[in-house]
Amino acid sequence: MIDKMKETAQRVVDRAKRQGATDADVFLREDETFSVTVRNGDVEKLKEALSRSLRLRLFLGKRTATAQTSDLSPAVIDKLVDETVEMARLTSEDESGGLPDPSMYPADTPDLQLVDPAWDLIKPEARIDLARRAEAAAFKASPSITNSEGGWFECERSRTVLANTAGFLGGYEATGGYLAAGPIAESNGAMQQDHWYSISRRFDQLDSPEDIGRRAAERVLRRLGARKVKTCQIPIIFDPMTARTVVKHVFDAVSGDAIYRRRSFLVDQIGQTVAGSQVTIVDDARLPGGLGSSPFDDEGIATQITPIIESGILRNYLHSAYSARKMKARPTGNGSRTGAGSVSVGPTNFYLKAGQYTPEEIIASVETGLYVVDLIGHGVNAVSGDYSRGVTGLWIENGKFVYPVQEVTIAGNLRQMLQDIEMIGNDITFMGPIASPTLKIRNMTLSGE
Amino acid sequence: MKSVFFESYGVTTQDLESYLAAALERGGDYADLFFELKVNHSIVLEEQIVKTATKAVNLGVGVRVLSGEKTGYAHSDDLSRESILKAAQTAAFIASASAKGGKLGIETASPKEHDLYSVPLLPADLAIADKIGLLRQADEAARAYDARIRQVQASYVDETRHILLVTSEGKYTWDIQPMVRLNVLCTAEENGKRQSGHQGGGGRRTLEIFRDDLEPAALAREAARQAILQLNAGDAPAGTMEVVLGPGWPGILLHEAIGHGLEADFNRKKTSAFSGLVGQKVASELCTVVDDGTIPFRRGSLNMDDEGNPTRQTVLIEKGILQGYLQDHLSAKFMGAPLTGNGRRQGYDHIPLPRMTNTFMMAGQSTPDEIIRSVKKGLYAVHFGGGQVDITSGKFVFSASEAYLIEDGRITTPVKEASLIGDGPTVLRQVTMVGNDLKLDQGVGICSKEGQSLPVGVGLPTIKIKEITVGGTRK
Repeated sequence: MIDKMKETAQRVVDRAKRQGATDADVFLREDETFSVTVRNGDVEKLKEALSRSLRLRLFLGKRTATAQTSDLSPAVIDKLVDETVEMARLTSEDESGGLPDPSMYPADTPDLQLVDPAWDLIKPEARIDLARRAEAAAFKASPSITNSEGGWFECERSRTVLANTAGFLGGYEATGGYLAAGPIAESNGAMQQDHWYSISRRFDQLDSPEDIGRRAAERVLRRLGARKVKTCQIPIIFDPMTARTVVKHVFDAVSGDAIYRRRSFLVDQIGQTVAGSQVTIVDDARLPGGLGSSPFDDEGIATQITPIIESGILRNYLHSAYSARKMKARPTGNGSRTGAGSVSVGPTNFYLKAGQYTPEEIIASVETGLYVVDLIGHGVNAVSGDYSRGVTGLWIENGKFVYPVQEVTIAGNLRQMLQDIEMIGNDITFMGPIASPTLKIRNMTLSGE
Repeated sequence: MKSVFFESYGVTTQDLESYLAAALERGGDYADLFFELKVNHSIVLEEQIVKTATKAVNLGVGVRVLSGEKTGYAHSDDLSRESILKAAQTAAFIASASAKGGKLGIETASPKEHDLYSVPLLPADLAIADKIGLLRQADEAARAYDARIRQVQASYVDETRHILLVTSEGKYTWDIQPMVRLNVLCTAEENGKRQSGHQGGGGRRTLEIFRDDLEPAALAREAARQAILQLNAGDAPAGTMEVVLGPGWPGILLHEAIGHGLEADFNRKKTSAFSGLVGQKVASELCTVVDDGTIPFRRGSLNMDDEGNPTRQTVLIEKGILQGYLQDHLSAKFMGAPLTGNGRRQGYDHIPLPRMTNTFMMAGQSTPDEIIRSVKKGLYAVHFGGGQVDITSGKFVFSASEAYLIEDGRITTPVKEASLIGDGPTVLRQVTMVGNDLKLDQGVGICSKEGQSLPVGVGLPTIKIKEITVGGTRK
């Protein structure tokens, strides 16, 4: 199937060239997806599909235009190529545009362990059963679990192909799956929800449905009876699930797109101390089986391991071919094609490295503080670093959880938050391409009553 | 007039009948076919050059089968007979009874109740040069506003969406939905401090919409003004206080605090903090809140929803009392409630869900001046970023990107971005004044639910909330 996709991609690239493009590349992607939700023991939703998408970028000298289509009939594609050539005539000359230099294409074909054939062998009934067991395990944990968003299972196989006029033609396959439970608990007329999941490229690395359901139940039960607390300044511990959102904000700030636009609180700070001395963050596209791993990026550049922050010092920004030219830097293999438009900068496996403390030691180190388990809202300004989000957490007194807290916010500035990371957990787990262990921040403002 | 799917893709009514029959061959209660052709154009002007122009074409069909509360769904991005039949058979998987007999007749198109956005020329057919012209005007106005404006990104997007819906209950209808939008993002820099401001606008119309408040230069100056203002904003306060929300876009409060919680799926499943509260007081009697998909040319408006049902005005809260929920086909059926035309989907590859259209609060009696003057110490918030809600606990946040302190009845210092957090079922009980200045937003809202993003509208008069928690840093 990859070969057939390569033929299509090459044909479109050739057509673009014939119609007057000086250069072009075509990014073709197919996703076979299956998802099922079981609620109260019965199938609620089942969805299965094959989706295809072709993305074209072409250049007329220094001018560029892009196109995307889910309709891959040759007549539609040919017409779209012609229209894209016409659109490119109306755009401006951009000195930083163009395909990546061929010297950046991958010299190796690493085995990144992206494919597991086991997913295909699980029959629909067995997939439904996994979701059913995850939900049932959550219900079984406590009579306080009175309702459910369900248990759900998803798996997918994707095929990615890239061709360009500079002679690049490559493709790879990847698989992945996900199993989750989302119980609802109730006490004194107030409901709480939470969920837990396991995600992996390999089926045998998914946690058991029983473990997932039990963990989901623990997470929701500990929220029951949540209250507001008074406004105060306290140490904040982010659990790994919420800590990874902080790491995502760091990605946004080191993305070459944000840097060349000067829309980041980390502009002009390479070589400077931007975080606590134990903080090391890397972007590693070559992590075997990683959820963000790939042999080459979405414009054909060989992927790599890029140190971002080493012992608190900012080392590198991440780049696509375009952002690299803007900054007179080398591309880092982070070109990403998610939308229909230009190539942007995306993370691969972007994570904060594990530290030396167990989560228990970190919690025990806090006299009065908050252990954050959920964040809501979008109150993060990547340009200034200002941070203000709604939070659900567990109140800590003398190193122990005493009661859950809700309907309060925590606020600060990311610049200061990174400097104030004073303890790092040893508990990193990849629940997505962006990951973090438990993080303790010296001090933030909690706003409540 | 015929739908594009008949004219350009050779779909026939006989085909549609055979697809529906295949979808119901395992005995589902209901099936529908949703054909969609979506053509988008976008242009980005940045660093004073037109960086790129993009065209996207998304074509496909979604097949849904319902059997009790179960939903089976499959979609195909090619319209060949073979692919659609395969999708129909896949969607049928969840049903397990013998096939229903009888003929599925598709004869006459269902009558249309609304004609809310007819345009002389569809956005897909507009000249690119005209669109670029708008971006140039925006860029020049933003740069001329203040020397501290360092970066301007002006972007234009449009959409032409054709949909065709056929159901096993005999519904057979289609619509063409235009949409345009212009956005300006400015970054200001001074003494190492950087801030940004953004403003946008649009609706279901073509380029003539970009005049008055939506004139490209007006949008640009507003974005630039916000960026400059933020450069010298003080720290936002922390704690629970009196808050005045300005008119228009701050209506995002209603969207997060009550709108999502009143979507019928969560209430059918009893997972919403609003479950079982119909007929009860959830707001002060000053509050009447509606969802209205029938306002001509608005971003959240639709002639019909994505299940083929006409949109309408639905009263959610009347004088403080909760009236009802926003329904889609599945939930209305199970709750025995009337359809409200709120079954929407991002595209052919998504299952419809109850969603909002344009959600706003009706105007009250107070003047905005009176409201501000009545506050001794509080916050005046006029521009917001996004928001989010936890449906089950009812807690919601929304982030004020332009706000000022109110001191002794006067608006004083601008403050930095801060989240406001509250409880959906109780926050509107704290509304003690409602202004006479209802305003709808300028047409930029995007709502996300279960991974599906949709255009929506919000609106609000100036209101005063007696107590809500403001998530700043200054005690």
